[in-house]
Amino acid sequence: MDYQFLWPPVIKALPKLLDAALLTMQVSVISMIFGLSIGLLLSFGRRSKYFIPRTLSSIWVEIARNTPVLFQIFFCYWGLGEFGIFLSSFVAVVTALSFNTAGYMAETFRGGFNAIPDTQLNAARSLGMSFFQTQRYIIVPQVLRVIYYPMTNQFIWVILMSSLGMLAGLRELTGETQYFNSRTFRTFEFFAATAVIYYIIAKLVMLGARLLGWRLFRGQS
Amino acid sequence: MIEVKQLHKKYGELHVLKGIDLSVKKGEVVCVIGASGSGKSTLLYCINGLETIQKGEVLIDGISVHDKNTDLNKLRQNVGMVFQQWNSFPHLTALENVALSPRVVKKMSKIEAQEIAKKQLIHVGLEDKLNVYPSALSGGQQQRLAIARALAMEPSYMLFDEVTSALDPELVGEVLDTLRLLAKDGMTMICVTHEMSFARDVADRVAYFHEGLMEEIGPPEQIFGDNPKSEKTKKFLANVK
Repeated sequence: MDYQFLWPPVIKALPKLLDAALLTMQVSVISMIFGLSIGLLLSFGRRSKYFIPRTLSSIWVEIARNTPVLFQIFFCYWGLGEFGIFLSSFVAVVTALSFNTAGYMAETFRGGFNAIPDTQLNAARSLGMSFFQTQRYIIVPQVLRVIYYPMTNQFIWVILMSSLGMLAGLRELTGETQYFNSRTFRTFEFFAATAVIYYIIAKLVMLGARLLGWRLFRGQS
Repeated sequence: MIEVKQLHKKYGELHVLKGIDLSVKKGEVVCVIGASGSGKSTLLYCINGLETIQKGEVLIDGISVHDKNTDLNKLRQNVGMVFQQWNSFPHLTALENVALSPRVVKKMSKIEAQEIAKKQLIHVGLEDKLNVYPSALSGGQQQRLAIARALAMEPSYMLFDEVTSALDPELVGEVLDTLRLLAKDGMTMICVTHEMSFARDVADRVAYFHEGLMEEIGPPEQIFGDNPKSEKTKKFLANVK
């Protein structure tokens, strides 16, 4: 092999790459918060006794889960332009990732809700709690506990998916890497370094989630 | 006063309650006995509106439980219920389990709610378990926790649905003792139970349910004595003794 590795350009660009990693995290955290909240609403919607919320929620979940994320991003970035809605790269990527995550989280929530026995609901209602109070204080906290680790996985998945944001012109970690690659042609070095950054982020998120989980659920079975 | 009038309950084709009449006065303890599937538990679920009914009515202090305009959440604050599966809230400590509904339903301050919770937990003998999660409690302790949780709402009525049926035999005693204590304090109670000796001791009246009908109701001496009025009661008791 006669390829000469040349790392100084990468090292020089590292501060920029880390800035871009911060943008990646911003996109991911915001998308996850929206995805989680909307996913919870969708999971209620799908179990609603009313036709309209049930149908709309199902359509959302079906599309989000059965079409490529890249198409969802393109649709938000370019597709909506056809309707006169012009989103910035950032907003388009966040919208698409939130849409996608909400679909997946709705399914995860469904499993979580199924894991909580109906008797918990009866016990809470018998104490005079309203439907909303029962969900808020009894059911949802237990569901969040059940789906905590699947949720962590989903978050890491969102971080990795956000790399597609590059294709909608977002200079997040991958976009920034591609920018430096095109300037220096040090393709292997840059993408290897970025892969390591992604890996470290994913591991840190996992570790943080474990520590937090340990703290949150200490003592409960 | 709890009044049940000509109550009918069906699950689809299954006719579970076929016209029940029962009234329970303040301070009275009524035990309901009968075979599994005779509708005794369903009766309790209909009394606090956890189940809908098809015909008849249930009045609690004159308020119709199944009337559309009745605020069930408010009504249930006055009617505590304890279940066969104790249903402790696993994500909350014993103290939080009991303090939650006074705080969120009755809008008490956290401190006030915890004071009440502590008092009730001491009452059922769990004073050393305040900050323990339910997973670290035995079945009997969890059932006493459930009783404390219901009592913290300071209800006028308590419904007990086979509260010892899911317990290991050696834990039944502590729960029954708690119920005895409650009866002695003058709580109005309807207890669905398979514990005949408990019913005999504690009940003012015992009702025998058979296939969705109340076959017989009367003081324990009548039901458990030599000559219950109904042959079916006699047969049932001969089998369980």
